[in-house]
Amino acid sequence: MTRAGRFVPVLLALTLPLWLGSPYFLHVVIMAGIFGILALSLNLLLGYTGQLSLGHAAFFGIGAYTSALLTLRLEWSFWLALPCAVAASGLAGWLIGRLALKLRGAYFVLVTISFAGVIALVSVNWMDVTNGPLGLPGVPAPALGPWSLRAKSVYYYLVLVAVLLAYLVCRRLVASRIGRAFVALRENEALAESVGVDVTHYLVLAAVVSAAMAGMAGSLYAHYTRFVSPEVFLFSYTVTMVIMVVAGGKGTLAGPLVGALIFTALPEALRAVTSWQWQMLAYGVLLVLLVFFLPRGIVPALAAWRAWKAP
Amino acid sequence: MARVESALTLSVRDLAVRFGGVTALAGVSFDVHPGTITSVIGPNGAGKTTAFNAITGYLRPTRGRIEYVGVPLTGLRPSAIAARGIVRTFQRTSVFPSLSVADNVMIGLHLRGSAGVLDVLLGRRRRAAEESRLAHDADGIIEFVGLGHRRGEVASELPYSEQRLVELAVALAARPRLLLLDEPGAGMTTAEKAAVGRLIRRIRDQSTTVLLVEHDMRMVMGISDTVIVMNHGRVIAEGAPASIQAHPDVIRAYLGSAGDRD
Repeated sequence: MTRAGRFVPVLLALTLPLWLGSPYFLHVVIMAGIFGILALSLNLLLGYTGQLSLGHAAFFGIGAYTSALLTLRLEWSFWLALPCAVAASGLAGWLIGRLALKLRGAYFVLVTISFAGVIALVSVNWMDVTNGPLGLPGVPAPALGPWSLRAKSVYYYLVLVAVLLAYLVCRRLVASRIGRAFVALRENEALAESVGVDVTHYLVLAAVVSAAMAGMAGSLYAHYTRFVSPEVFLFSYTVTMVIMVVAGGKGTLAGPLVGALIFTALPEALRAVTSWQWQMLAYGVLLVLLVFFLPRGIVPALAAWRAWKAP
Repeated sequence: MARVESALTLSVRDLAVRFGGVTALAGVSFDVHPGTITSVIGPNGAGKTTAFNAITGYLRPTRGRIEYVGVPLTGLRPSAIAARGIVRTFQRTSVFPSLSVADNVMIGLHLRGSAGVLDVLLGRRRRAAEESRLAHDADGIIEFVGLGHRRGEVASELPYSEQRLVELAVALAARPRLLLLDEPGAGMTTAEKAAVGRLIRRIRDQSTTVLLVEHDMRMVMGISDTVIVMNHGRVIAEGAPASIQAHPDVIRAYLGSAGDRD
């Protein structure tokens, strides 16, 4: 890519609130950013270690609740609550990693689903703390000194920084011996062990980093929508993340972000053109076509196409 | 000729493995001396691979002791055993299939790197230096096994015999002091086997001890310092290649087992 080719997207991203116009579009972009972090996080496990977590919404929800509760009940600043949310989710990831130490494939999936189920039940039933199904309204917007970051045009930059941070973490990990150990686990676990890769250690590490990133997304979500309810644990959130990762290209760095952008914008775009029955149908058909024609995902397909065009 | 040193490299004592009612190993004892090539031969089902699996931690033995330089290995995980310098290859071709040859070897170099999570996340400078040192090492190993022209190719797309060389390169990258090779010549042509045999000798000459399971008698007799013969989960003979070839029990085991087959 030329220097201008790199410079233009950066400039567009930095000035986005100025030219995007509608706050509704900006809302879609912010949600795409939050889902982008979630997809990056899931990709670390699914794309690199090859383990599918179907309880990823739990880490998202734990982050959202931790951040909301700390700012509401203890009146902590968002800037303290955010790292705590990251830590709480990371701890949950460690727990799952330890529980699933020897479990792979379908068994790993089952442990993560069960974990999410239990956490969701806690959020509904522990009325004293979580306010149950009523949720926690009035989560404060973050502030930077005297300035509130409540406006969408400002919150956008907060999310942008978080996406960049998550991306950077993934990129550095993946390009290191740690990332190679993740991939070794996905590719051939017995062989990885034979050359001294302690695969269980690296699976736990991947789970912790992945969960912590999802927790960051949860905190950002809580302080953006300013309302947290047990809905954050919905299975459909997890499914959306899986779709984003798989459609975008699992095991690639850009794939989850591309997937997040497309699959956040798509339902909104469909809503604008058809009634809701047709929306879901169109969404489903598109997904099937995508998996059918681009089984490895959009980003790997684009890369292959570029390599083919310019040998 | 092998240098005989006082310290034993690997000592296996009364090793037994049972799967349910089946006895795969019925009390096997042998030593592997440093700087030698020791081959384990025997008919199919003699327990050779089972012994490999027990030594490298992939299988928990029912009974017995395995010591490496006087330190017991029993109960350690495979990765911990690899960290002590004992590295193995597998009977069935085993590579990281969707990665390039270079990336395969980079994973093999895992123990030679030291970058931790913080080094990586903070992008410390010494991490970059380590990465380029590892990449350089990987290149050297790829050249050593003769795959220099395949560096960037995806491992699973290589011909079978070259995949076996990738496997060997991955194992060598882990800098073994004791290398266990499970049928490195299986499925190769005579010429390819001869090349692998030469490679194994060169590995031994670089002061790596080699323990080999192999069916090809020409290769075994050609490169081994010591040959151990197993049958029905026991060691039935042990000695220099020439003495093994003349050993009556060995002849009986081989001809007998071939004759017994129904």
